[in-house]
Amino acid sequence: MISLHSPVKTLWHSIRVGPKFVLLCVATVALFYIHSPLLQLLVLGFVALLYVVGGATFFTVGVKRLWFLWPFLLVIGLWHGLTNTYAQGIVISLRLLNAVALANLVTMTTQLDDIIDGVSVLLSPLRRFGFSTRPVELAIALVIRFTPIIFERSHALAESWRARSVKRARWRIVLPLTLSAIDDAEHVAEALRARGGAHIREATENESSG
Amino acid sequence: MERSIVFIALFAALIAVLGLIPKITLPFGVPITAQSLGVMLCGTILGSKRGGLAALLFVGLVALGLPLLSGGRGGLGLFVSPSAGFLIGFPVAAFVTGLVMEKWKTTQVALAAGVAALVGCVLVLYCFGIVGMAITLQKSLPVATTLVAWFIVGDLIKAVIAGFLTQALRKARPQSFFSRT
Repeated sequence: MISLHSPVKTLWHSIRVGPKFVLLCVATVALFYIHSPLLQLLVLGFVALLYVVGGATFFTVGVKRLWFLWPFLLVIGLWHGLTNTYAQGIVISLRLLNAVALANLVTMTTQLDDIIDGVSVLLSPLRRFGFSTRPVELAIALVIRFTPIIFERSHALAESWRARSVKRARWRIVLPLTLSAIDDAEHVAEALRARGGAHIREATENESSG
Repeated sequence: MERSIVFIALFAALIAVLGLIPKITLPFGVPITAQSLGVMLCGTILGSKRGGLAALLFVGLVALGLPLLSGGRGGLGLFVSPSAGFLIGFPVAAFVTGLVMEKWKTTQVALAAGVAALVGCVLVLYCFGIVGMAITLQKSLPVATTLVAWFIVGDLIKAVIAGFLTQALRKARPQSFFSRT
């Protein structure tokens, strides 16, 4: 599966997940308290610098990841242009860019494994109270495994549709696709049960420790 | 137990795949993706709890940085973007859709599923979406409402499609139908 992780290693990769996430939360909240266009512009410059540190490729990828915001920026521009509230429009646009760019920076410079470990740490109080986090881990693994499989099948279904019809398949393949996902789910559930169920690893871990 | 986990996971994957199917553009230029159709099906087929958890799992994985949202997007940035409200609202929308489906057992499946999708994935989801947009773009609620109004037509069509799809799936796989057992 394609990843949103950075193609190059940067300085920011060495910061641990926890502090990075806390910093991001603080920065995002702070952005909502900055009402001066000049200050927001300074922040944008600072954020750009954070990306520049990662090198040219990193910077370009980062800018591309912000591209999806253009319709919103267009709407803000039109609205504040028509109502003559330019300063406010600039603050809102810059804040949006800054917030999304900072959050993307965290996503791009943190390995998926580290993020999942971080989630595991966040869930650990649940384990202490006797809740098992194993189903969550299993479910995450299943999604990562099955998304490409179901995606490939959607391609196959669309192709066989094209072989039979001049029209595009579009939503007509959703029915067979959902059916196949349901059948997969039944098979996988049966296979899991046959191998001892969702709690198998935990049970053996408890045995070995106790 | 295993069955619930696997169904939740595979429907989360289904939401992701439906977002990757090429989008349809309505006659007046509004693009619609099948992603929210996936959220609707989670509710109408899996019911409130499992459906809500499937959507929550999907949103959680997007937050972790997997590119599962339509157009291959993902990561924390989306949660501060103007469409954040819709994303955060997905689990609640699926839950409410499932709840309507579970409570309204006397009607035929297509109608119940269509109405459930309408209540959960249009009415409830747009409330979240509008509030999210109002906060991020610093606009009043009525203004935010007019901004998203363009997309409602697409979602109304999807609710109708979800109704028919649910009925067909009910006929094809009655034993895997969690919302009406």
